[in-house]
Amino acid sequence: MSEDTAPTDFTYQPSPDQSAATPVRHPVVIIGAGPVGLAAALDLAKRGRKVVVLDDDNTVSTGSRAICWSKRALEIMDRLGVGDALVEKGVTWKKGKVFFGEEQLYAFDLLPEEGHRMPAFINLQQYHFEAFTVREVLKHPEIDLRWNNRLVGVDNKKEGVTLTLETPDGEYRLAADYMLAADGARSTTRRLLGLDFKGQIFKDRFLIADVIMKADFPTERWFWFDPPFNKGQSALLHKQPDDVWRIDLQLGWDADPEEERKPEKVIPRLKAMLGEDVEFELEWVSVYTFQCRRLEKFRHGRIFFIGDSAHQVSPFGARGANSGLQDIDNLIWKLDLVLSGKAPESLLKSYHEERAFAADENILNSTRSTDFITPKSDASRAFRDAVLDLAREHDFARKLVNSGRLSLPSTYSESGLNSPDSKGFIGQMLPGAPCADAPVTFDGKKSWLLHHLGGDFCGLYFARSDETAESLAQLRGSLAALEVPVRLVPIFPPGSDVPAGALIDSAQLMAEARYDARPGSFYMIRPDQHVTARWREADPQAIRGALNRALGKGLVAAEAEAEQEGTAA
Amino acid sequence: MSNSLKSEARLARPDDIYQVLIDAHRDLTADQSQAFNSRLVLLLANHVGDEGVIAEAVEAAGKGL
Repeated sequence: MSEDTAPTDFTYQPSPDQSAATPVRHPVVIIGAGPVGLAAALDLAKRGRKVVVLDDDNTVSTGSRAICWSKRALEIMDRLGVGDALVEKGVTWKKGKVFFGEEQLYAFDLLPEEGHRMPAFINLQQYHFEAFTVREVLKHPEIDLRWNNRLVGVDNKKEGVTLTLETPDGEYRLAADYMLAADGARSTTRRLLGLDFKGQIFKDRFLIADVIMKADFPTERWFWFDPPFNKGQSALLHKQPDDVWRIDLQLGWDADPEEERKPEKVIPRLKAMLGEDVEFELEWVSVYTFQCRRLEKFRHGRIFFIGDSAHQVSPFGARGANSGLQDIDNLIWKLDLVLSGKAPESLLKSYHEERAFAADENILNSTRSTDFITPKSDASRAFRDAVLDLAREHDFARKLVNSGRLSLPSTYSESGLNSPDSKGFIGQMLPGAPCADAPVTFDGKKSWLLHHLGGDFCGLYFARSDETAESLAQLRGSLAALEVPVRLVPIFPPGSDVPAGALIDSAQLMAEARYDARPGSFYMIRPDQHVTARWREADPQAIRGALNRALGKGLVAAEAEAEQEGTAA
Repeated sequence: MSNSLKSEARLARPDDIYQVLIDAHRDLTADQSQAFNSRLVLLLANHVGDEGVIAEAVEAAGKGL
């Protein structure tokens, strides 16, 4: 099998669990083998956890669906061992253009700075993403992936979850300590639990078509307002691998979704856009209405909602699947520590706290983009058109044009897991921020900072000028002796006497600059590569305190306090 | 420190400015007037450049509507 393809169809195989007299209990069961469920399974397996993944189908996704994978999503998949395969197959892009009528309003570059391993975005069909991820999943004996297992019942009890599954061999039951619902925007779990999925539906329809054609458009995101080929509406063109192109045409609310899906309607629309003579083939067509909504709570007892089952956004901004991958990045290390008894249950509360905050950010951005693309009132349309008209001549108006604010990871600045920031730091790497990448040298070879962070708690330590192998060993020892060990990641400026196992910053000192570091600066990094505390020097007592907070022990204390107050009142 | 919306008279020749605004709409349809006003608001908002002042102006403009 060549490296750039992976199987897409799979076979149902009965599990011994199906003939057990009583439901077999598993620590973690995941519903849904889409990008989010599969990534969650991989993350658990990487931590040595056994996990059962159930999917109601036996193939990867039909149609391209999600196509834009963000830098942060790729960094997460890189940690899970799939990053290179995705980037190799995907179409790398970072530039885009916005047109109004026939005129280009402006061009943008999403990653203007050098020194990051992952690109700003790749485009890759969801079926490829899933196929590569399944291929990796199958290498892990910890993952029990069961196809054609449809969830038909959930009993969510304090002591555990009991699931009822329907298979080609009939129904059976399973028990789980924790269940992760990665079953998408139409989540069965959500329906079975009778949970509201509240938000906003946008009164507009969009045609999404993936066409196969040989074309030499650049690998850029092109967005049109009021193009000549789709008057009064918008359009989007995006390149995918294998000569597949994503085309997105706004149709308006009055369009008939059944009619508009028919090839005899779709083909003339595409010809108007691409030219009469361009030969193309339709791969996938769908007519969509966009929604922005989320569950009020992402956790219900022992059930966690991850990805689209928890939150749904319009696609402008690529904030759907990318935020789902950030959900699992956030949840799995916490679940692992709680399962191993190294962190209190209260750590799991921070999943909703942090990811609902991120979902609100995504919903806000996505709603604003959709409001710009689909104005809801005459005044809103007048302002939108005024922005577009002014953008031709006035730079400030280009900043107001909103064809999608593309996915960036959230900084959990309000998180209860963070320690208060130390004074005197500037820049982006405040507690709660996702770590910036930077080129480094390790063991005489070129490497990347993010490859050395995450997985477990890390201490990114910018070595002092008088650092010795002994002082480093002492710090390493004190971090390793903590209740949950913190792995020391020392980094030295180039040209210094560097002990074995340490990183060397680039000649341009990119790591130092991106972390506003001075000799002695210490960053405490969570297993999901988010900063949780930082200081100008490594103080073992402060580190111990920050670790306790990051393990959710502060949340236990706050809870106890609140209960105390409650009793007193 | 954010400035606050200035309500005292600032225009040396208020009648002239008023006329400039009215004249600008003279030959416009209702839709064009709305487009014009939208552009003008955006240009002036950017010129002001102070979120606090703009928020105060938005509130003042909406009073009684």
